[in-house]
Amino acid sequence: MSEPQKGIITPHVAISRVNASLAARRARERRFRIYGRIAIGLALAFLVTLFVSIFTKGIPGFFQYYVTLEVVIDQEKIDPDGDLSVQSLYDGDARGIIRSALYKVTGAEGRSGRKAAGKLISKGAEQRLRKAIIKNPALVGQTVAMKFALDDDADSFLRGYISSAVPEKDRRISDKQIEFINKLQKLNLISYDFSDYLIFGSASRDPEIAGIKGAFIGSMLTLAVCLVLAFPMGVATAIYLEEFAPKNRITELIEVNINNLAAVPSVVFGILGLAVFISIFGMPRSIPLIGGVVLALMTLPTIIISSRAAIRAVPPSIRDAAFGVGASKLQTVMHHVLPLAMPGMLTGTIIGMAQALGETAPLLMIGMVAFIVDIPGSVTDPGTVLPVQIFMWADFAERMFIHKTSAAIIVLLVFLISMNAIAIFIRSRLERRW
Amino acid sequence: MDIVRAPIEMEASKLPSLTVGEVYVDTPRMTTRNVNVFYGDKMAIDNVTLDIAEKQVISLIGPSGCGKSTFLRCLNRMNDTIESCRVEGQIKLDDQNIYDPHIDVVPLRARVGMVFQKPNPFPKSIYDNVAYGPRIHGLAGHKDELDSIVEASLRRAGLWGEVANRLDQSGTSLSGGQQQRLCIARAIAVSPEVILMDEPCSALDPIATARIEELIFELREEFTIVIVTHSMQQAARVSNRTAYFHLGRLVEVGGTSEIFTNPHHELTNSYITGRFG
Repeated sequence: MSEPQKGIITPHVAISRVNASLAARRARERRFRIYGRIAIGLALAFLVTLFVSIFTKGIPGFFQYYVTLEVVIDQEKIDPDGDLSVQSLYDGDARGIIRSALYKVTGAEGRSGRKAAGKLISKGAEQRLRKAIIKNPALVGQTVAMKFALDDDADSFLRGYISSAVPEKDRRISDKQIEFINKLQKLNLISYDFSDYLIFGSASRDPEIAGIKGAFIGSMLTLAVCLVLAFPMGVATAIYLEEFAPKNRITELIEVNINNLAAVPSVVFGILGLAVFISIFGMPRSIPLIGGVVLALMTLPTIIISSRAAIRAVPPSIRDAAFGVGASKLQTVMHHVLPLAMPGMLTGTIIGMAQALGETAPLLMIGMVAFIVDIPGSVTDPGTVLPVQIFMWADFAERMFIHKTSAAIIVLLVFLISMNAIAIFIRSRLERRW
Repeated sequence: MDIVRAPIEMEASKLPSLTVGEVYVDTPRMTTRNVNVFYGDKMAIDNVTLDIAEKQVISLIGPSGCGKSTFLRCLNRMNDTIESCRVEGQIKLDDQNIYDPHIDVVPLRARVGMVFQKPNPFPKSIYDNVAYGPRIHGLAGHKDELDSIVEASLRRAGLWGEVANRLDQSGTSLSGGQQQRLCIARAIAVSPEVILMDEPCSALDPIATARIEELIFELREEFTIVIVTHSMQQAARVSNRTAYFHLGRLVEVGGTSEIFTNPHHELTNSYITGRFG
């Protein structure tokens, strides 16, 4: 054995030092694993709390109380002009027909009794009767059993939110009304059913007939505008920047700005839309066209960034191969790079669209928060979108809106999750391996 | 007893000021004169003058980083895709300077085809891989003609027998050696005059390598071939002439048998005897 030299550790010494440090290293790893688990556990706990809260409130929002009444559809009463025109039906006394059916079963008498009974039925009931007649004119002259929504106060009482132990003047429902409800229940006329108003109704101040149809269609129109603008523009920008643009100061500046744009708060895009499209171009407020344009501006950076990443992920050997047989730059990009990058681009686009679907703030800026009962028929009709509808409902005081809000959130979440699922599906299915 | 190798001398002082051997030929297909290539400020090729003879195979050999691949990629302007790359000097195909600003690289690359180090078939069917070049250049008037081009190219690449009944399968489903022959078929489908091969066998096993070498041997009847290789045996087997590159210079060029049996420059000698590389 020679003298140990400086800087050279004998294997024996080395392994004993390694062993000595092992315990500390393992402890560090164990600690790190524990931190990780705590973090994941916390995140999951929050998520579960969120979902439990939304679903416990939201599931009842999909249902509401209805009362079944035998309505006598008297030709003269419902259709005074006798031509079944919409005008004639609106002139007719649909309300009276429903009310008299109600008075009959409840046995309501006198002015105050009838008034109390009449308040139990939703204001949407007459409209439902008219619609049923328009759909099926043969009903005129017959006596039919129809289901009408109960007013939200009666609904809240049946759900148990209003206690009859509270003094009468402190509750929104009178003793007489409670008596009528009990009577209807005894006659088995009250049912707790799937709320068709939620899905097919549009915005209303009356919670029992408020629905998301208008907002949903508004969302779809807005997204359609957004997709049509953002996808081709984003993909074209990405291809140009990645494949054609010279690498110089200007393109660098553009790149930095696109990346920064992705981090700009969405409300700023709303201000842009307000200032440019509405103030300068004088376009109308609240229309899905402007909403879509604003959201397209907002999602463009996301689409550009993910498309560029997808283009960069195409192996250079494919480009070499195409150039090698004499393909021009454009042919190389269109025939080889783009098809290979497309799944990544689509994934990015769908994620961008999901982001746009959930966006509220910029749409508030351009007036899509307006209370609009009509369902938009085109991108230039005023409308609102789902998240804004949720935002508005969350502001209303009626108990029933709490359920409707959560139910609308569930609908929105289902859409977001299915969009993300499509993105994952595309990524795993279309992605080619080479 | 330890085997001690002599310290390897790779410094520039040993480089010859002029290439040793005969750089000119009687029937050149391509000629390069005083070619310098820079990547940014770094010089990758220094004053290379070399003729590439018609219907012959010339091997470019040399240690890693000697510039042989860079030189090869200059011959069909594949270096254009590298932003910082700058080429000086004159490279002619027949009597046309290929770096002339008026030259279109598309027809140039149709005339000077390329096969790469790693087999890189398109992730498309075998048929489409071969048909791609003829399609974009409009070589075939109709479907039957295209079919016959595809078949002839695959036959010439020695792949037809193996893929004739599965032309619609993906090119990437083939084995490495088959993929490389598919790439050769793709290159010859556009009827180039010159084929550049950048270490075409470096990713293949010995059996696949032997097949490619046989193929190169057959193809030299019809095409002018420039091949970069790390295998001196391969250079010896397939090429008529061999050029030895070192640190961006063309050190020596000559008939293959002469280079391998009687190299004139000491760097060439050191390299082929395995002293470095």
